[in-house]
Amino acid sequence: MSAEGAIVAGLLNIVLGLAVLMAAAALLTWIERRLLGVWQDRPGPNRAGPFGVLQVVADGIKLLFKQDWIPPFADPVVFVLAPAIAMVTVMLAVAVVPATPAIGIIADLNIGLLFFLAMSGLGVYSVVLAGWASNNKFSLLGGMRAAAQMVSYEVFMGLSVVGVVMLAGSFNLLEIVRGQQHMWYVVPQFLGFVVFFIGGIAETHRLPFDLPEGENELGAGFHTEYSGMKFGMFFLGEYIGIIVVSAMTTVLFLGGWYGPVLPPVLWFGIKTGFLVAFFILLRAALPRPRYDQFMSFGWKLMLPLTLLNILATGAVMLAATSI
Amino acid sequence: MLSVLVTLWGTFLHLFQRNVTVAYPEEMPYLAPRYRGRIVLTRDPDGEERCVSCYLCAVACPVDCISLQKAEIEGRWYPEFFRINFSRCIFCGFCEEACPTYAIQLTPDFEMSEYDRRNLVYEKEDLLISGTGKYPDYNFYRVSGAAIPGKDKGEAERERKPIDTRSLLP
Repeated sequence: MSAEGAIVAGLLNIVLGLAVLMAAAALLTWIERRLLGVWQDRPGPNRAGPFGVLQVVADGIKLLFKQDWIPPFADPVVFVLAPAIAMVTVMLAVAVVPATPAIGIIADLNIGLLFFLAMSGLGVYSVVLAGWASNNKFSLLGGMRAAAQMVSYEVFMGLSVVGVVMLAGSFNLLEIVRGQQHMWYVVPQFLGFVVFFIGGIAETHRLPFDLPEGENELGAGFHTEYSGMKFGMFFLGEYIGIIVVSAMTTVLFLGGWYGPVLPPVLWFGIKTGFLVAFFILLRAALPRPRYDQFMSFGWKLMLPLTLLNILATGAVMLAATSI
Repeated sequence: MLSVLVTLWGTFLHLFQRNVTVAYPEEMPYLAPRYRGRIVLTRDPDGEERCVSCYLCAVACPVDCISLQKAEIEGRWYPEFFRINFSRCIFCGFCEEACPTYAIQLTPDFEMSEYDRRNLVYEKEDLLISGTGKYPDYNFYRVSGAAIPGKDKGEAERERKPIDTRSLLP
């Protein structure tokens, strides 16, 4: 392939990837409400268009045409910056996720996994800055909670993938998926899988770990003061975050694009879709824990479990090589 | 921890259950025969108005939405006007319970929206129906002691002749 050809292919990947991602995230808002409806024995939004799909369009139009209000007491620069960070960090995280060896992956970094963790870590800034810039008690509390939540859950989310890295011997996501050709890492790394997914829920601050938003005690938490498309960007960022975390879990533990009969892209989509649906099931089923319960769950249960997991993985690998 | 999994599984099983929601305008809900909806005034089997304007419904009404005026023709009492303001009515059914002649009854119909609030004030013509409602055989003047043309005192069902209080004969 010539240099121009590579550039064109790369650009195409970027543009198509972004388009698919944005469409999927927008559609996910509708899918989530329909699925929640199904699990709560009600239809959900089913009026606009076939099966209510056009609800997405209606919501989009509503968000775009709402007054773009910046409260007079807020810090205007940071207030505008925060939702932008929310979008940018999750979309950058998408860049390293491989749907197949050719599709979806924009930057084939040899530290792709670290890049993903870094970007999801940077995502905290959006929430904290939003809470800070809003200059409002509830928002600030939400931002503080988000900071504490991210700091504590980031720790073992990063540690939970160490086992996978040890098994694959690489931080490159393509290499990690290729290492799962014969056995998905979910089998030897089941603990890691569970902990990573729980950490992912906390990262995207989705229910049941949506303490930064916590409607019933904080109004809407960090985005209390946001309206219109700025709120929409938080909203979209959250849904892209769900997709990214699901895609990453697929890549790290569920064998990425590998699967019989069907083409690789479809396999990747199916696995990711199942995890996304599980995210929604969690929201439908579980109540939000108290804040101290949430913290002690992270530090006293999840962290020791991950450390044990690393210890066991290392021991088994050492035993296997020495025999 | 286990309870979380149990909850997740239980919620997932709802995938296979029917929706509770009734998509109302397209799909009519079942309303029980004793559903408390629009109020009607019924007639007795002879086709006469049952209401004897005793005012008990107006007294029982907790929101004072019933208004009527008594009139009389040859021993028969009837309402000169009978007015229910449905913008106030709370459909509690107390009027139906208070009514001694089964005249006022609630029906399983709730579709009475109006664009103009004044249109929710129903007059007697709007309230009266041609049937007997839930009590097909009941006829107040046939069981009561009141004298009306064609039926004197003592001629009602299961009623004895009145005692002549001026006579000493047993």
